[in-house]
Amino acid sequence: MLPTAAFDRYLHGESLIHRLDPRVKLVVTMLFIVSNLLLPDGAWLAFLAAGGFLLLGARLAHLPPGYLLRRSVLALPFALAAVTVLFSQTGQPLWAFRLGAWTLAVSDAGLLRFASILARSLLSVQMAILLTVTTSFPDLMHGLRHLRVPGVLVAIIGFMYRYLFVLADEASRLLRARAARSAAPAAGQAGGSVIWRARVAGSMVGQLFLRSYERNERVYNAMLARGYRGQLLTMNPHVMTARDWLAGLAAVLLLAAIQLAGRLAA
Amino acid sequence: MPVQHLQPAPATTAEPEPTLAVRDLHFTYPDGTAALRGVSLSVAAGEKVALVGPNGAGKSTLMLHLNGLLGEPQDGSAPITVAGLPVTRPNLPLIRARVGMVFQNPDDQLFSPTVFDDVAFGPLHMGLPEAEVRERVARDLALVGMSEVAGRMSHHLSLGQKKRVSIATVLSMDPEILVLDEPSAGLDPRARRSLIALLAELPQTMLVASHDLQLVRQLLPRTIVMDEGRVVADGPTSTLLADTDLLEAHGLAG
Repeated sequence: MLPTAAFDRYLHGESLIHRLDPRVKLVVTMLFIVSNLLLPDGAWLAFLAAGGFLLLGARLAHLPPGYLLRRSVLALPFALAAVTVLFSQTGQPLWAFRLGAWTLAVSDAGLLRFASILARSLLSVQMAILLTVTTSFPDLMHGLRHLRVPGVLVAIIGFMYRYLFVLADEASRLLRARAARSAAPAAGQAGGSVIWRARVAGSMVGQLFLRSYERNERVYNAMLARGYRGQLLTMNPHVMTARDWLAGLAAVLLLAAIQLAGRLAA
Repeated sequence: MPVQHLQPAPATTAEPEPTLAVRDLHFTYPDGTAALRGVSLSVAAGEKVALVGPNGAGKSTLMLHLNGLLGEPQDGSAPITVAGLPVTRPNLPLIRARVGMVFQNPDDQLFSPTVFDDVAFGPLHMGLPEAEVRERVARDLALVGMSEVAGRMSHHLSLGQKKRVSIATVLSMDPEILVLDEPSAGLDPRARRSLIALLAELPQTMLVASHDLQLVRQLLPRTIVMDEGRVVADGPTSTLLADTDLLEAHGLAG
């Protein structure tokens, strides 16, 4: 069984952030990310303010300090995709090295841009993490649906979440079955050639696909049996309260101030 | 050839209109497997019927047919009627609300993000107003004793809890007939006993496929034995399950 508890350890908090309407949280998260993208390079004061906004959110959600930062490290390798801007911007060369026939020079403009991209992505990822640790998955989906995200897309996300664990359990059962029969002779090495092993692994992946495919048919039958006719219907358990509107408004104002600060400083 | 066992034909006079009638149903899967070779049966309102037989006898195929899940016969005939309605494409929305189908694996039955959403799925798709949907979800979760898990993900439930929630997901459609596939499979003795107690309280007409002959004895006064795509015996449970030759011939004797 997958340790699902690791996924929603902080989900059942009762903080202000936890109780906010998921729509507000989704919209604020999106605005926060867009705001980060719009900030000019090198607007450090504004990036700092955005970090403060994030910390405020984490504080209000009663998350342990440093929690968001630790989780966001996972996304760091993706930010490294931007490493080429270090070399591609024209500006004052700071440091150069030779790579075979090429000379690569790190320019000051490149460094500025790279650091800004890193700041943007770290801030944005942490905000997304804050959203998902304080909002249960069903709430998040209801929020998406209310925000007019196409129903099919939301349904696909929902099925993914529902069957991710079922599928992971199935995979771990397959692995266990293989392990249970992977005995080694008392002397010598276990298993056949690499090619043979690869073939076993390949057929396990195939097995998993077939099982998922068959499950797909059974689930579809179960949906039809309960009246599904091509249109997925759900209920709306959320009502915007004055507190939700206020919190949303405050967040939007703060983000506007951050934008303003970034523009004025630049 | 399956062995034919003579059973007294049910009296045709004074018989109430059957809730479920199947007349000479044949079905062959696209891969050529002949799953049903002429099944006929009739179930009166309020009857509790067991469907027993070895693996591959055609029980599950028959059950899928009761909800029109395997398509209609090509020749335009309608060999199945549910509550007076022939199972044809235009009737399917009505039929599916009247026949509550509970699949064997609750992970197939429970596909929604939360337990609440799953129980609400049927009534919502029947087009009921939200207030009534909420009412039915509350009523049926209470009936199966699962009110306190309404907001949870079904992944976090035990198998016994999942089975109970699965039953609530069809009760919320107010079906006339409950069709259950292996309701007790995989349950530990205590969960199994409490599930049997729950089923005993439900007033609906029931058709239950099961290998659990003890459950059949306790819960279902009438038994239909299937083998190789045919009904080979149909009669009172107490008589049929005492017939060791019959059980032996159809792989039911343990």
